[in-house]
Amino acid sequence: MDTNLALVLLFAPFLGFLINVFFGKTLGKSLSGIIGTLSVVVSFAVTIYFFLQINQTKQPINIDLFDWIQISNFKVSFGFLLDQLSLLWLLFVTGIGSLIHLYSISYMHDDEKMHTFFAYLNLFVFFMITLVIGSNLLVMFIGWEGVGLCSYLLIGFWYKNQEYNDAAKKAFIMNRIGDLGLLVGIFILGSLFSTIDFTTLKTAITTAPDYNDFWFAIAALALFIGACGKSAQIPLYTWLPDAMAGPTPVSALIHAATMVTAGIFMITRLNFVFDLVPSVQSIIAIVGAVTALVAATIGLVQNDIKKVLAYSTVSQLGLMFLALGLGAYEVAVFHVITHAFFKACLFLGSGSVIHALHGEQDMRKMGGLKKAMPITFITMLIASLAISGVPLFSGFFSKDEILLVAFHHNIPLWVVASVASIMTAFYMFRLMFLTFFQEFRGTEEQKHHLHESPSLITFPLIVLAILATIGGLISLPGHSWLNEYLTPILPKLASAEHHLGSTEYMLMAIAVVGGLVGIGLAYAKYIKQNTVPTEDSEITGFSKVLYNKYYVDEIYDAIFVKPINVLSLFFRDTIETALSSLVFGLGKVTNEISFQGKKIQNGSIGLYLLVFVLGLCAIVSYLFLAQ
Amino acid sequence: MNNILNQIGIENYIFLSVILFCIGVFGVLYRRNAIIVFMSIEIMLNAVNLLFVAFSTYHQDAQGQVFVFFSMAVAAAEVAVGLAILVSIFRNLGSITIDNLKNLKG
Repeated sequence: MDTNLALVLLFAPFLGFLINVFFGKTLGKSLSGIIGTLSVVVSFAVTIYFFLQINQTKQPINIDLFDWIQISNFKVSFGFLLDQLSLLWLLFVTGIGSLIHLYSISYMHDDEKMHTFFAYLNLFVFFMITLVIGSNLLVMFIGWEGVGLCSYLLIGFWYKNQEYNDAAKKAFIMNRIGDLGLLVGIFILGSLFSTIDFTTLKTAITTAPDYNDFWFAIAALALFIGACGKSAQIPLYTWLPDAMAGPTPVSALIHAATMVTAGIFMITRLNFVFDLVPSVQSIIAIVGAVTALVAATIGLVQNDIKKVLAYSTVSQLGLMFLALGLGAYEVAVFHVITHAFFKACLFLGSGSVIHALHGEQDMRKMGGLKKAMPITFITMLIASLAISGVPLFSGFFSKDEILLVAFHHNIPLWVVASVASIMTAFYMFRLMFLTFFQEFRGTEEQKHHLHESPSLITFPLIVLAILATIGGLISLPGHSWLNEYLTPILPKLASAEHHLGSTEYMLMAIAVVGGLVGIGLAYAKYIKQNTVPTEDSEITGFSKVLYNKYYVDEIYDAIFVKPINVLSLFFRDTIETALSSLVFGLGKVTNEISFQGKKIQNGSIGLYLLVFVLGLCAIVSYLFLAQ
Repeated sequence: MNNILNQIGIENYIFLSVILFCIGVFGVLYRRNAIIVFMSIEIMLNAVNLLFVAFSTYHQDAQGQVFVFFSMAVAAAEVAVGLAILVSIFRNLGSITIDNLKNLKG
């Protein structure tokens, strides 16, 4: 029963993919959209069933389908593990996935390749489910690669634009670098413990004291590099902002809510590994904090509405990694969930705005949309309040917990994270003010066509806004349902104490004031002074550095891409030329010899005879001499 | 038979055969008239036949002589074909100088 249901859960989106990819065109746009959405809704329904079951029994469901690989004592089975963690992830992957599919029916309706779009989205959900429910690292890796592939396909969905293609390739290649790290990590763990199954690995690690410390740490580091690639952390984050080339629902689903959290999922899943290597943990924490700060600073000056959100995502992911690095996995998971709600809402809202403006993404050409698009405005406002950490909204609780954890472990990291959160509040409200307040700055024609999006677009927005508001309830300070729920996965939670002292309240107050200061600064600059960001060419000083993203792309270009190009050119122009001239030379020599030899055959019989006789003489004399 | 061989000696037969063969070779190389070339080839063949017969007697073995019969039969057939070709060439070109046969080259 459980096995069949789990297969339904997994293969419903895959079926949707098959139908859409083979019959999508004949089905027509609406029907292919409905099938795509329904297939994910089915998964969501099954997930809820499992979730309710496990919430009661507290027993993880292990499903072994078949033995996949067996080499002496090393065995990999193809199976699924439905426990608290994977079901939690499935809930928001399929839940938000359903909403975004629904949204896409309307959003992508004018696109001629809508069925392909839904096929890819379905395939993505299929792989994401595989990633989450895999019972061992290898099954997880299938999903891991699959979501990378779908991300590539969807970023380059409008493949006629070369820039979008480049963005897709960049995402794919950067992810590949991370994936190599993940693979190396899997290999090392496999060779150390001769198992890569999560459950047995956990037992093996906790009961085997004699593992090799050095290689174990390397494995943890390699796994973290894998997480860096997928979850866009320094130094592999540059693909995520470029990934905004994809259609907005893709950005919301893949590049904000689900796929990019795969790294956090993996680290949480393997928390028993990371807990044993404090050095790697501190690397994770530092990388997370730095990423949070750097991405937030870049987000301050971006003018593309989706780019702001992209850098915001990177920054928030950085905060989650900070929590992971400090061993507070449950806090990271909490923030993943609330972030999925409000960031999906923000992205979908921005999509609604872009839709209304017929593809305009530059905030300098927006403004004053509040009246024309009230639902979009209110939902985005709620989501912005949530991400800025305004009390009672979901982001407040999760972000506050991260800051709390940081404060208890390491004050400098807390400072960095707090600054990043203040910046978050600033750039989010900069976005809100520039987009929805003041006067409309676009063309007259656009102004004429301004309209609220259809209900298929606003409905997901409203649902997500509600979730962004109340999402914090799952883990209230002091009484956390989430922590209780996750205790089987994170055994340390059982002994953790949750008390709220004066320090905690003070920190909360600081965080709230910080957030409000950020909002206030944005208000002062963009409402009071009515500033509009200057044209690209007029940006100067440090903001120019920020606007150009610290020139990281250029630096990578100079350090990695250019040298490789030079090397390739060297191989092409020198080595290949040398090799081919060798081969061609041999051919030419043979040709020349034949050409000259041909002249002997001139048809003069006298000559033939002479040569014939001479040859005969030569053979005879040789025979004599040889004896 | 033995007498003759005793009187003249095997080496003389060999010398004669070699001389005949060389004459044939030089005939083939120096003359341009196809018929003479043809004759030279016949001389070479017969030089070899002579040697066969001589050694056959020397070794008291009839095999060599049998072989010569075959060789002569084949030579006769070859002459028939070869002369027919020569006649055909003459009819086409009006001469039988082998240099003219250059034109046969593809």
